[in-house]
Amino acid sequence: MMATTSATELRDRAWRIAAGVLDPEVPVLTIEDLGVLRDVRIEGETTVVTLTPTYSGCPAIDQMRDDVLLSLTAEGFRDVRVDFTLSPAWTTDWMSEAGKAKLEEYGIAPPTHRAGERSGPIPLSLGVKCPRCSSLRTREVSRFGSTACKSHFECLACLEPFDHFKVH
Amino acid sequence: MNAQLNDAELNAAPVDDAAQPTAPSAPAKTAPRDAAAIAAMHDAEAADVHGDVSVDELHLTAELTGADASSIASPDVAEYAMRLGDDALILSQRLGWWISRAPELEEDMALGNIALDLLGHARSLLHYAGTASGRSEDDLAYWRDEHEFRCAWLFEQPNGDFAHTIARGLIASIWMQELYTALARSTDASLAAIAAKSVKEVAYHRDHAVQWTLRLAGGTEESRRRLLVALTDTWPYTDELFRDDELHERLGDIAPRPSSLRAGFFRVWNAVLAEAEITEAEYTNRKVGQSSGGGRHGNHSTHLGPLLAEMQVLARRHPGATW
Repeated sequence: MMATTSATELRDRAWRIAAGVLDPEVPVLTIEDLGVLRDVRIEGETTVVTLTPTYSGCPAIDQMRDDVLLSLTAEGFRDVRVDFTLSPAWTTDWMSEAGKAKLEEYGIAPPTHRAGERSGPIPLSLGVKCPRCSSLRTREVSRFGSTACKSHFECLACLEPFDHFKVH
Repeated sequence: MNAQLNDAELNAAPVDDAAQPTAPSAPAKTAPRDAAAIAAMHDAEAADVHGDVSVDELHLTAELTGADASSIASPDVAEYAMRLGDDALILSQRLGWWISRAPELEEDMALGNIALDLLGHARSLLHYAGTASGRSEDDLAYWRDEHEFRCAWLFEQPNGDFAHTIARGLIASIWMQELYTALARSTDASLAAIAAKSVKEVAYHRDHAVQWTLRLAGGTEESRRRLLVALTDTWPYTDELFRDDELHERLGDIAPRPSSLRAGFFRVWNAVLAEAEITEAEYTNRKVGQSSGGGRHGNHSTHLGPLLAEMQVLARRHPGATW
């Protein structure tokens, strides 16, 4: 590290580098877009990055850890540690607006609303827009999709199947 | 990644180079994808033999933890976490069998996803349980024998036909949702964090089981007949989930008493079966009472041994194997 770099600048640089790591399952989203990157701090000589898994069993978290380690060491951060935390539990509410736009462009329907808005007495499911033709005439085929975070839909207008990033 | 590198490949990997700082004036535009360095990292993990029960700080912190990466469970909390971790692990192992064998592709994915969630819960819980004795989650999963497992008998029950899997899943997921909802208020921060995370996922599992219960009950005569057989076969393993013992006395506010979950469980259970138009007389049998169980103290049904043999054989035959 350059001796003149202040701790805040160093921390911000580390955040920007870690924030560039992509989700291996949805490679248009960064871990920052996804809300998986929770914290970056400098503890003496050590750069500590904290990640939170999307779903408990998501296997992508190990790859994300490795990629954060490699990205930071490649940029000159010698002593890097990645911690995991489960609390507070991850929610799609943390997904950035830019992330949602990138998802839709990639062909995955983004979360339709905030997770907290579901808690009323009458469960209300909002129409999921087809990322291909933008029709709202879509149908949930299965609540479980190609990964834990997605459900499987089909569009009744253009007849294409597509993934929907579940509100969680 | 296809690991299993030999020594020559490991030595050839430029591990040190990857760790060298680059000039601050030359920031890389893209995240590095140094395959050799990643392979070396995986291989270094593989070199750690799982049978070795010494504490490896780096490995323990690399596993998923609760609120605080450094928290160490007390012996009682560890015993409790092991019970819940084993429930999730054994049910996950059971459900994994369905992949490629389910009635339809969507069910392969649904049951596989549920198994994956449960495996995640098991990893968190067993990691935490292991902190009390310096064992990793893999040490606990692969190197304990049958009498050392603490799962209840419900989770060991065979998959049976699809209806049996759904009946088992219905009881399990209603119970887990009640349990994790209560445990999220635990005074133990790690258990509370794991429970708060898990309850959001168990909600999907319960929804899946409820939808299928209604569909099988209201489907054909054959689907309803099979569901009733499955409920009758599985119901005797319910009571064990609600039995208090001396551990719960000692834990106090750290964990809910199992008996305290009974009312919430039956509220949901009764509502689902009413919707399915199934009466209690259709799934209970005067000749068959509730199972004595005993899984919480290491006494298991005959079904657990063969499951463990299959689950553990690879790790025991090839310690430290990775792929």
